[in-house]
Amino acid sequence: MDIPFNVKERPDTGLYNGKLGIWFFLASEVMLFGGLFSAYIFLRNGVDNWPAGTDYLDVPLATLNTLFLISSSVTMVMSWASLKLNDFNKYKFYTLITLLFAFGFLVIKYFEYSAKFSHHYYPSTNNFLGIYFTMTGLHVLHIIGGILVIGYFYGPGSKMWNSDPERFTNRVEIVGLYWHFVDLVWIFLFPVLYLL
Amino acid sequence: MTPEEVKHHVKTYVLVFVALAFLTIVTVAISYIDLGVKGGIALGLFVASIKASLVACYFMHLLDEKATIYWTLIATAISFLILIFLPVGAFLAQARVY
Repeated sequence: MDIPFNVKERPDTGLYNGKLGIWFFLASEVMLFGGLFSAYIFLRNGVDNWPAGTDYLDVPLATLNTLFLISSSVTMVMSWASLKLNDFNKYKFYTLITLLFAFGFLVIKYFEYSAKFSHHYYPSTNNFLGIYFTMTGLHVLHIIGGILVIGYFYGPGSKMWNSDPERFTNRVEIVGLYWHFVDLVWIFLFPVLYLL
Repeated sequence: MTPEEVKHHVKTYVLVFVALAFLTIVTVAISYIDLGVKGGIALGLFVASIKASLVACYFMHLLDEKATIYWTLIATAISFLILIFLPVGAFLAQARVY
């Protein structure tokens, strides 16, 4: 039995089901990260002296990571546009670049975390590092999740292009929406934790 | 979306990318300017909001979406604002007590 409305739009919502599903999921993600931003405000306002991000964190590395994520976002949307233009080879190219930027982000994060641990800075050291590791750690988990799904659609999942190209294009659009959301969260994490 | 429309969108994506990269540099640059804690936070979050809007409007195509998604996002935004302003309300209540 075929699952209905995964290509055609439902008459009542005007959307295919997967798209509405990912937006509901992203709404729940807003509340997940929103809770942590709320905790950050609570912790920061609860003390007289909140450390500057530059006291603990590496701004140039984080700036490079921001550029990596922004670049991966544009290559992600380009990969979807390539499918819309019926150019599968370009889709593969842009998806590969997206994955490389995502791995680059993780490598830099690894160096950042390693530097903290080598200085004996842990989540338990103080509230600033506690919220820093919690928020960036959760964000890193989202990056890893994104890599797994994008990687699947780059590799074995891309076979669907031959059998059902419209549905495959929709799948790439859905994972793209998730990936842009992960980028969007970082756009706020970067100034809040590193610069303010 | 027709292929012509997609081609037009691709040009927009590149422009948005350039704007995002530029605004990232601006975000870092303003952190070096002494605006005080409140001024720094306000300006930093203002620039971050512009960047987030660009991603949402162009990469996530929110400029041209169905009403169902807009209603979902309005409900999310209201819930998010309540969540964010809970600690602010708590601090204001605390300030009145002391």
